[in-house]
Amino acid sequence: MANDNVQMWQELGIDLKMHQALMDALPTMFQEIYLSQKDRPAGMGFYDFVVGDIHGIRVKELVEHRKKGGKVVATYCVFVPEEIVWAAGAIPVGLCAGTQFSIPAAEAVLPRNTCALIKSSFGFKLARICPYVQASDLIVGETTCDGKKKMFEILNEYQPVYVMEVPNKKTEKSRALWLAEVKAFKDRMEKLTGNKITAAKLEKAIEQVNARRKALQRLYNLRKAVPSPISGKDALLATQVSFYDDIVRDTQMLNALDDELEKRVKAGEGVFPADAPRIIISGSPMAIPNWKLHHIIESAGAVVVAEESCTGTRLFSDLVEKTPVNLDAQIKAIADRYMNIHCACFTPNEERLDDIARMAKEYRADGVIHYNLQFCHTYATEAVQVEKRLEKEGIPLLRVETDYSDEDAGQLKNRIEAFLEMVKR
Amino acid sequence: MFAGLDVGSRTVKLVVLDGKVRDSAVITTGVDPLRRCRELLNGRECDRLVITGYGRHLVAPAVGGEIISEIKAFAVGARYLYPDCHTVIDIGGQDSKVILLSDKGEVQKFEMNDRCAAGTGKFLEVMARTLEVDISEIGGLALSSSKTIRINSLCTVFAESEVVSLIAKGEEASAIALALHEAIATRVETMVRRTGIRERVVFAGGGAFNRCLVKLLEQKLQTTLTVPGSPQTVGALGAALMARSG
Repeated sequence: MANDNVQMWQELGIDLKMHQALMDALPTMFQEIYLSQKDRPAGMGFYDFVVGDIHGIRVKELVEHRKKGGKVVATYCVFVPEEIVWAAGAIPVGLCAGTQFSIPAAEAVLPRNTCALIKSSFGFKLARICPYVQASDLIVGETTCDGKKKMFEILNEYQPVYVMEVPNKKTEKSRALWLAEVKAFKDRMEKLTGNKITAAKLEKAIEQVNARRKALQRLYNLRKAVPSPISGKDALLATQVSFYDDIVRDTQMLNALDDELEKRVKAGEGVFPADAPRIIISGSPMAIPNWKLHHIIESAGAVVVAEESCTGTRLFSDLVEKTPVNLDAQIKAIADRYMNIHCACFTPNEERLDDIARMAKEYRADGVIHYNLQFCHTYATEAVQVEKRLEKEGIPLLRVETDYSDEDAGQLKNRIEAFLEMVKR
Repeated sequence: MFAGLDVGSRTVKLVVLDGKVRDSAVITTGVDPLRRCRELLNGRECDRLVITGYGRHLVAPAVGGEIISEIKAFAVGARYLYPDCHTVIDIGGQDSKVILLSDKGEVQKFEMNDRCAAGTGKFLEVMARTLEVDISEIGGLALSSSKTIRINSLCTVFAESEVVSLIAKGEEASAIALALHEAIATRVETMVRRTGIRERVVFAGGGAFNRCLVKLLEQKLQTTLTVPGSPQTVGALGAALMARSG
């Protein structure tokens, strides 16, 4: 089994030595952050297994898919409409990386003052340590930030990249542009796979992706209970895994986890005491294995009850609306749904402020921690608006700017513990 | 007896009190803070111990004691010394912070430098070494300057190379020292603008020993700063008070 993996990695062009160093580091980290938690739901067993074999079984499934002539499409953003990828018979995988490990490699090329997510992801390709990117036929980028936009030009020298243009405003003209982009993406997917996207195939894909969104919505709704039936860390992991796991299996596993949590909520059982401070994280995404902030917060006795981020509600809070089964109507519904993601790349982006204020009430949060990856200018600057809005609403806010390294863990702990003392009274 | 221990990055502070302060001590942290703390506690009796500062998570499990954040410790300590205190500025070894207190003395808002040593005691320490003066003398040196120059970088590493080039240009050490103080005071001022400021403003931490910082901050903030008799032990005092109040 292990040898099979090594052979597979080798065939994918992985730098085996460096890759092994990464694989060796993960178990200790996962033990400390995840497995040491108490009263974890049994349903997390699946996710533990997925992380335990993070570059194994799923990669093998992708490789098998390709052997049968299928394609794998890698993405870096929740704006890329995965329904269209599935409908073309291809498999989408999220590539965003969350480890310091690959950053030195990236810094040999990219400016150092680039956000950690971009550097980490780029470093994975450059150093050939990510089998998912190695196994993908096309990388689909987007224009949600300048750092990524320019990184894609360089990435394209290593592997083909197709970039979707995400508009920066929410006007009619912008919507028309985005609709055209979604249509062009459909053509690109058909060209890549040689498969025609039919209305029937697209309907099935829409249903599948909506089903997973509903399962994630259920998960988050259950986190509104006091006490919370699941730790923020575990819920984050389940969300992160849905970026690359098989969609049918993942939906099943999420629903099984939800069923279990439903029972816990009915029985009034939780993983933290009912009076533990409840925190919402809002801001930049957290890609596997970036569990740094959640770990600090939950180690200090608080519980993260929701993430207003692309590895949180922005991934699933809206469904694609049901339409008559014809391509024009479906594509329009898809474009509308994705255009409604409240990303900081838009100006203005008032809807995100509304989301955070509403969520703070719905999740009975004691405070919000605004998380932004250092050098992510859109979120860092939008935090000023978030702060103003939450002050008006009387919701305590802590702004945190960090990256993937551990060197600021002491300072972060300090500020987070002080913030928790402040909201607890 | 109740004790508060503030395990900072540069010094460890201890305050012991019952009805009033009975004992206090400041020693350097060194490379083995746990040993230093044990030495400090050795022979001193206390019924309850509360620990704060960077080393709190290291020391608390080993010597037994509860933990509070430095923000809370400084808020409680400053408020005890000055019941009308509404703003606390603390410049410590590794960080600087500004805390805004409500009328009841609760922490209302706070700002802290995040990952780098910019605007901290450490920054001054590194710069003092470059200018070949003792950390206790750099404030006086700066005050003696009759010339104003500017240091643009607040990053310890970049500022140091900026200082080196100023030295190479023949600038006087006193002018460079003043520019460094100006840079720190500007940084702290930015934090104060974020939290807001209400009088009385207490300036605590080792940085408060520096007369030049006091003067520059007073000018920038247009207010008088109150420097406690023992500014370094305000956090330890707050921790001891928390131990007493249970």
